[in-house]
Amino acid sequence: MQVNTDKTGLYGLMAEFDSAQGIVDASIKAVAAGYSKMEAYTPIPIEELNDIIHKKRTILPKLVLFMAFSGMATGFTLQYWASTIAYPMNVGGRPLATWPSFVIPSYELTILFSALTAAIGMIALNGLPQPYHPVFNVERFSLASSDKFFLVIEAEDAHFAKEQTGTFLQGLGAKGVYDVAE
Amino acid sequence: MAQHVHAQSSAATLDNPVLGAGQDYETITEAVAQIPLSKRYSFGWVVGLLIGLAGLSALQLAIGYLLLKGIYIWGNNIPVGWAFDIINFVWWIGIGHAGTLISAILLLFKQQWRMSISRFAEAMTIFAVACAALFPLLHTGRPWLAAYWLFPYPNTMGLWPQFRSPLIWDVFAVSTYATVSVVFWIVGLIPDLATMRDRATSNVKRMVFGTLALGWRGSARHWHRYEVASLILAGLSTPLVLSVHSVVSFDFAVSVIPGWHATIFPPYFVAGAIYSGFGMVLTLAIPIRSAYRLEHLITMRHIDNMAKVMLATGLIVAYGYGMEAFFGWYSANPYERFMLWNRMTGPYGWAYWLLIFINAVLIHVLWFKSVRQNLKLIFVLSLIVNLAMWLERFVIIVTSLHRDFVPSSWDMYSPTRWDFMMFFGTIGLFVTLFFLFMRFVPMISMFEVRTLLPEAKVHVPHGHGGHGAGH
Repeated sequence: MQVNTDKTGLYGLMAEFDSAQGIVDASIKAVAAGYSKMEAYTPIPIEELNDIIHKKRTILPKLVLFMAFSGMATGFTLQYWASTIAYPMNVGGRPLATWPSFVIPSYELTILFSALTAAIGMIALNGLPQPYHPVFNVERFSLASSDKFFLVIEAEDAHFAKEQTGTFLQGLGAKGVYDVAE
Repeated sequence: MAQHVHAQSSAATLDNPVLGAGQDYETITEAVAQIPLSKRYSFGWVVGLLIGLAGLSALQLAIGYLLLKGIYIWGNNIPVGWAFDIINFVWWIGIGHAGTLISAILLLFKQQWRMSISRFAEAMTIFAVACAALFPLLHTGRPWLAAYWLFPYPNTMGLWPQFRSPLIWDVFAVSTYATVSVVFWIVGLIPDLATMRDRATSNVKRMVFGTLALGWRGSARHWHRYEVASLILAGLSTPLVLSVHSVVSFDFAVSVIPGWHATIFPPYFVAGAIYSGFGMVLTLAIPIRSAYRLEHLITMRHIDNMAKVMLATGLIVAYGYGMEAFFGWYSANPYERFMLWNRMTGPYGWAYWLLIFINAVLIHVLWFKSVRQNLKLIFVLSLIVNLAMWLERFVIIVTSLHRDFVPSSWDMYSPTRWDFMMFFGTIGLFVTLFFLFMRFVPMISMFEVRTLLPEAKVHVPHGHGGHGAGH
């Protein structure tokens, strides 16, 4: 049975809300109604929304931990190799592999690698830079970075049907429901 | 940063709030966003920028002449081989530390009052580190030749840096600190740049802010990764900032010079850095909040808290002076004892007693709320604190060096006009960068301040939102 015949050229339907609580309640109801391909856009971070809609946490911390160890290993190996193999320098008969003095550069490289991974990883996992996205086609969406909250149910969703989904979003207390062109 | 939404104490219920009354999402956004978007350039801003540019020209002249002639144009000479170049380096780096403390350490401690001052405090950090880095770099004489012994890269001479030297540790610590500070600052800017993109009316501004915002949409997934990344960056910056000034202090403490060879140096330097840094944040915040009418975002609560941090760190610094003197006496080492006696009663004794007066005596006025609430007094005090912290580095560096182990090599140090020109030149660089920042970048983190509003807090019923909700 094919009901989604009316979604050509349509990315989805966007509902506008006035408050943080409003969009949280609407998301809970939309998930309960069986929608899964949707996204909330907010001017402030609302950590709960990710748990409600996506139910999945990012792998970023694991990437950062891995790169932290890589940074430490890079720093230590570099210093050990430079000081004992590539350029051994006898200073008053002291040992060449003076590991305590290698601690600080290793420590700094641990932090450098992790911080760059956290920042670049966040940007890359978010798919940025991304110059075009359908949500920007809606004029009201420019308020999503100031004071309005938007919930978009995407046309790809299995339960999506333009009429019914529109009515459903209106019923959630949306201040407006807009078509999002692809 | 889920704590934004779950803050235990609502900002609005405190008698001295972190946010003025009657604010909503739009008033906060407008107050900050209208500054970079405005088409007018205020008279005060133009004058400030011109003063900065005049200083910057002096800096260019000082550097140009230095590269032409060599570092003999400075006043350093044996036995005082380190002087203005390292005093100013430590002074500027120290100032930077307050920015990282506010943006990282106070984030981990869930201090809401950090939100409206973190952006410009971090900008201060970046500009201060840029000023600081100039000094040791130019002290190498020929910076373009210094690369092979400062940075580990394969070169045709087959040389590698001496990794047992604190100076190399310093290169790693300061360059990591500069990089991470810039990255943290840019990440913090992304959502606000999207706000600027969406509010810009001119095409040029929309293009510039749009490009810099990278296409940020503020989706739930974006914010989730963003908050995780911010928390990780804060967690990384915290040990980083503590390590940077500790490593700076190793430049001294690892040597065998009496007056430098002290185990108290790392914590004492870190406290001094935060102390002078908060002095500089106050020096900047007090004029900014009145010039741009941001009193409802940078409230008296912020001024009060910053003054308290200054008092606490100032007392740690004063304790450091006491311990330094005690170690010198208790060591029973004649060189240590002589250094101490010379520092107190020798030719630079005036500098020592002036800094003791400011950092150990005058600072006690901050115990009084009436002083902490008096903007003019606090402003003057913040300038005095920065002067005292500059004197502290002067005393540590010059008095320890100018009386060598052998009396025949004793000498006095006096800076030349080029020393002063370069120092005031870096102040010009700092002023220039800061004025450009104030006018073209949103100087308060709008999205973070919005989370301080009561309506930003949400309630999620149990059983919704997976495992992550509600913590």
